[in-house]
Amino acid sequence: MSVRSIAIAFAVTTMASLSASQAAYQGFAGLGSAAEGFSVPQPGRLFRFPADHGAHPDFRIEWWYVTANLEAPDGTQYGAQWTLFRSALAPREANGWSSPQLWMGHAAVTTSEDHFVAERISRGGVGQAGVVAEPFSAWIDDWQMKGHAVPGADQLADLSLTATAGDFGYELRLSATGPLVPQGDDGYSLKSAKGQASYYYSQPFYAVSGSLSLPTGNVAVTGKAWLDREWSSQPLAEDQTGWDWFSLHLDTGEKLMGFRLRDEGEGFTSATWITADGRPDPLPAGALKIVPVRTANVAGRQIPVSWNVQIPGRGFDITTQPLNEQAWMSTSIPYWEGPIAFKGSVSGRGYLEMTGY
Amino acid sequence: MTMWTAATALLSHWRRRPLQLGALLSGLALATALWSGVQAINAEARASYARAAAVLDQNGLAHLVSPNGRAIPQSAFVRLRRAGWNVSPVLEGEYRFGTTRLRVIGIEPLTMPAETDTVDLGNAEDLLSFITPPGIVVVSPGTAEKIRGQTDLALRVSDRMLDGAAFIDIGLAQRLLRREGELSRIVIAENQRPGLEPLGTLVPTLSVRESNAQSDVEHLTESFHLNLTAFGFLAFAVGLLIVYSTIGLAFEQRRPTFRTLRCLGVSLRALAVLLLSELVLFALAAGAVGVAIGYLVASLLLPGVAATLEGLYGASVPGTLSLRPEWWVSGFAIAVAGTLVSSAQSLLRLMRVPLLAAAQPQAWGRSSQAGRRFQVLAAAALLALSGALLLWADGLQAGFGVLGCLLLGASLLLPAVLSSLLTLMQRTSSRALVTWFWADARQQLPGLSLALMALLLALAANVGVGTMVSSFRLTFIGWLDQRLAAELYVAARNEGEADRLRTWLAAKVESVLPIVSVDAEVRGQPMQIFGVVDDPTYRKHWPLIVGIPDVWDWVASGEGVLVNEQFWRRERLSIGDELDLASDWKAAVVGVYSDYGNPKGQVIAGISALTSRYPHVSRLRYGLRVKPDQVADLRSSLSDEFGLPPENILDQAALKEQSRRIFDRTFLVTGALNIFTLGVAALAMFSSLLTLSEMRLPQLAPVWAMGVTRRDLALLELLRTLVLWLATFIAALPLGLALAWVLLAVVNVEAFGWRLPMHIFPYEWVRLGLVALAAAVVSVFIPLRRLAGLAPSELLKVFANER
Amino acid sequence: MVIALRNLRKSYETAEGRLEVLRGINLDLGAGERVALTGESGSGKSTLLHLVAGLDRPDSGEIVIGGRDISKLDDRGRAAYRRAEVGLVFQQFNLVPSLDVAENIAFHAKLAGRHDLAWENELVERLGIGPLLTRYPEQLSTGQQQRVAIGRTLAARPGLVLADEPTGNLDEANGDAVLETMLSLSKGTGSTLLLVTHSQRLADRLDRQVHLRSGKLE
Repeated sequence: MSVRSIAIAFAVTTMASLSASQAAYQGFAGLGSAAEGFSVPQPGRLFRFPADHGAHPDFRIEWWYVTANLEAPDGTQYGAQWTLFRSALAPREANGWSSPQLWMGHAAVTTSEDHFVAERISRGGVGQAGVVAEPFSAWIDDWQMKGHAVPGADQLADLSLTATAGDFGYELRLSATGPLVPQGDDGYSLKSAKGQASYYYSQPFYAVSGSLSLPTGNVAVTGKAWLDREWSSQPLAEDQTGWDWFSLHLDTGEKLMGFRLRDEGEGFTSATWITADGRPDPLPAGALKIVPVRTANVAGRQIPVSWNVQIPGRGFDITTQPLNEQAWMSTSIPYWEGPIAFKGSVSGRGYLEMTGY
Repeated sequence: MTMWTAATALLSHWRRRPLQLGALLSGLALATALWSGVQAINAEARASYARAAAVLDQNGLAHLVSPNGRAIPQSAFVRLRRAGWNVSPVLEGEYRFGTTRLRVIGIEPLTMPAETDTVDLGNAEDLLSFITPPGIVVVSPGTAEKIRGQTDLALRVSDRMLDGAAFIDIGLAQRLLRREGELSRIVIAENQRPGLEPLGTLVPTLSVRESNAQSDVEHLTESFHLNLTAFGFLAFAVGLLIVYSTIGLAFEQRRPTFRTLRCLGVSLRALAVLLLSELVLFALAAGAVGVAIGYLVASLLLPGVAATLEGLYGASVPGTLSLRPEWWVSGFAIAVAGTLVSSAQSLLRLMRVPLLAAAQPQAWGRSSQAGRRFQVLAAAALLALSGALLLWADGLQAGFGVLGCLLLGASLLLPAVLSSLLTLMQRTSSRALVTWFWADARQQLPGLSLALMALLLALAANVGVGTMVSSFRLTFIGWLDQRLAAELYVAARNEGEADRLRTWLAAKVESVLPIVSVDAEVRGQPMQIFGVVDDPTYRKHWPLIVGIPDVWDWVASGEGVLVNEQFWRRERLSIGDELDLASDWKAAVVGVYSDYGNPKGQVIAGISALTSRYPHVSRLRYGLRVKPDQVADLRSSLSDEFGLPPENILDQAALKEQSRRIFDRTFLVTGALNIFTLGVAALAMFSSLLTLSEMRLPQLAPVWAMGVTRRDLALLELLRTLVLWLATFIAALPLGLALAWVLLAVVNVEAFGWRLPMHIFPYEWVRLGLVALAAAVVSVFIPLRRLAGLAPSELLKVFANER
Repeated sequence: MVIALRNLRKSYETAEGRLEVLRGINLDLGAGERVALTGESGSGKSTLLHLVAGLDRPDSGEIVIGGRDISKLDDRGRAAYRRAEVGLVFQQFNLVPSLDVAENIAFHAKLAGRHDLAWENELVERLGIGPLLTRYPEQLSTGQQQRVAIGRTLAARPGLVLADEPTGNLDEANGDAVLETMLSLSKGTGSTLLLVTHSQRLADRLDRQVHLRSGKLE
């Protein structure tokens, strides 16, 4: 069984949104067009927790996505990523091997010198991978994101996060210092002018402590983390080729989530300004402007690794620099994902994800 | 003078001697053919073992298995994955697609380690169709042929699949086999991350079955391939002897040409380069023909080889050959290398012998006294080594060592023995022509000895292997009579039917013998444990080799078990040794029975002892004892009452016939190889005689001049060849019997685990003798016809003053 | 043995066309007569000798020996004639390579059915080849080989001895010695002798000489 065919299989079902090279598959799998049989996000639906922390098998794709900006006692910067993707071949769940749900995990640790990546793929239905809403647990093999909150409390408020691969691993404890934040219009996040959308909420207020295990030894770290939850059935419009996505921890305690979906024209941008106490302020489409400052050769392609990000209406004007410009996720569906620092009208740290290059 | 002119001069030799060229090329082609043919067969078989290992054993990775052969719960797999172990589940079983039973192997492609190289599902669509209901069945082309139309499932054909097996998704396997949530074993990938919790604490009820570096099949078939390789090498060596003698003669005959060329300014280096190019050219031409013939030989032999491997070892090898590019390369390589090796001496002589030394074609091939003495000493040493290996060494390699040394030693001794014999004959004769007849035969001996040695080897191999196979057959047939004692064998289709069958049969037959078996692991070896009822049939007929008194009482009580001969020998068991048959079952070995044709070990226990430890054992098959005249009636009422299909009811005669057919098919390839070897020996003889006939004139002319007619001379030549053949044939008989004895008593025991009594079949020798005689007459025919039709002027040239 | 050759003709096919070697030979030899046949190279001396020996057949003409025409005999008859009545000595390759000297000497005599051990011993002694008896031809010098060949021929006491340059490969002294022995020994057997030579010196030692030129006797 070649790894390649697994990769392609997953790409067909899930990740069409992540890579332009898979755009051709949209027509084939019908991902870009109406999601036959699958549910479609509708505006005005309110999140129901803890149920919405769990899987939504009637939607085609879904993810539990954590990024963490970490620092060792000596000031060395690190980044960590933990992601669980769900992809459905059919809008249902079943027990046993006949389950149409596929799961994929990505884990990464970024240093200024190295970028460690691992991937896991599993079928649903037998317990090898899955998500339980309460008490919260998301796992694939021995990678796990486990909630420690008591029943009834916010299940995502206190998490432990582990992933181990051949040459790296980590054990992190995440404690929320703020509330869950719905993105877009009360969690209805528009992805194109044509109406493609997803359900999207975040927990951007984690304080992190824990340890990384690297080939050079174990490192105790502290820092900040951000969790994204998103599910949809038709995340991209037909002409969209990929996205550039920012999650920023401002030194003022405020947060900013912003993305641009690239197409043949201007692109579609969207952003949410989050106050230090967790109130979201969704910005109108087009309010966010992003311009590449510098590109670098990464995995044989030209990728913008430094960006100018502006929100003119708010006097927000920063330039980002990556911790490691080679933060390439050489997984089945490759993309760039890594920690960044930024300076300008305000400074801080965050994560950048770029797909479809 | 240009090189081209020199080349033309050199090559013109062959135009004048087309037969010599023919001998050279055919010797080389034949050597290449048999060598590459045998290599092709071995390669094909090895490829299919690799395929089998990939399909059935996941390339020899370690597995987690349940020691009692019980199913493994799927939760164990999930527990291991969640603890970080890189493992993959497998569920195996027999499933009937229409009328075809297949071994279905349910795998989980997403977790199956890449190194298992199981099956390439190609693109994503196929992978998704494979894991998504209804699923895909991956089978070999041959199996697809059989089950097409018999199943609603989509088939996918893979060349890398094994016949009779099918890959399906684990989920589909659980549905088809009705074993939801169960696994047969769990494959453990080689790559595991550090710091894992030990298996012993995670899944304490499972045990790890370590991989063998070599699969069981490969191990078992090793002797067969060694055997085949030996035959191939023998033929190759004989072919090269032909090349050696032909090239040697051609060099001597061309010495005047060399001299002329050198005198005309062609440097020694240029001459050597020319000759070398000539040889390489011949080698390439003959190599091409050889590989083509080799392919033909291999594709002719392969069905037989496949039958042998299937029959003797249960190894499945397809009967068709795929053309591999590496053969062409290796075929040409071996042809060129063989040519260079066998012409090295001639080339060296060319470089060393002074320019003006006279040509000595007559002396070519005549070995020196010292050479002959060395040969006898070497022969003695080899024979001594053979004896020493026989007495003091162990193992299959040693067995083949005994064979090799014996054959080589005997053949090296042959010229000396024949020479002494001819000297003796010459001494005892007083008539001039008779004396000359023996003297001349002795003088020709050096030139013929290589061919005679080849003939000795071929004849001895024929006698030896023939005796082995015939002895085996005789023993096997007798053993079948004992083993297949029940008159009728019937298989129910399910347990319910089996129950009804038992009740129904109870009143109709003398006794019902259930055939109950489980797959188990005993002393680390996979094998079957059979359960038998206490019945006079076994007490009277079962072919025991050794056994304690009241052996069947011990078996019936469950305290004793019988083991088959191969397991007994392999494990060096003794009566009274205890075997662990299950976690809660120990029993003592009380007897040993012969079990020919079974590659694996086997244990026979009392049926109640077996079923109490393995309660869910299948009880579908029964042997029935009835009066022979009732067989037909019972058979028809079985199919009337139960609607059993014909393949579920087998009578003894049909089973025996089937076994006999399989046996005969099994040794078809041995017979074919024997004929091939004999053919090469005949060709060697022919080419030697042809070579000698070129030098015969000066030897025959004086006798002719003194009043012996050409016709009488030709007759004497024929007689002389026949006498040498006969002497070699007689020498081959004891050598062949020795070979047979080593095969039966040493090699078979090591290779198969059973020892067979030797029987002697003189009638077969007569037949072989006639075949050999025919070959002798054919080989001598052309040289002889040339001699008989010789013009007197040709003979007179010998004496001509102008010479 | 009385020999009468009448109008013998013999030609060969060669690459250049038909070559007439003998063009009408007439010759008579009396019993016990010793005649030298001389001539240029290629004049047909050897061919004539071969015809007389029954090794080859003439195109036409008669070879009457001891009262019968051997040219009319078949292969078998001529072989019997050679065996019983002719002794041949060639320039080379006279001996049977697979037999030792003793066996070679006895060979023709035994074939002819006239094996006589006393005579053989005498020959061996007179030829001086006693020490060579257990050797094989390839172990002998050319001179020794020719001595053995002469011994082998005379041991059979043939009625007719035909010799074709028997000393052609020997130096003069050696050749003379060998020839001398042959002449004196053949006198003892009373054989008729036809000796082909191109040496006038040798020819002078015989009873009579005939000279062959271009296929005809002079």
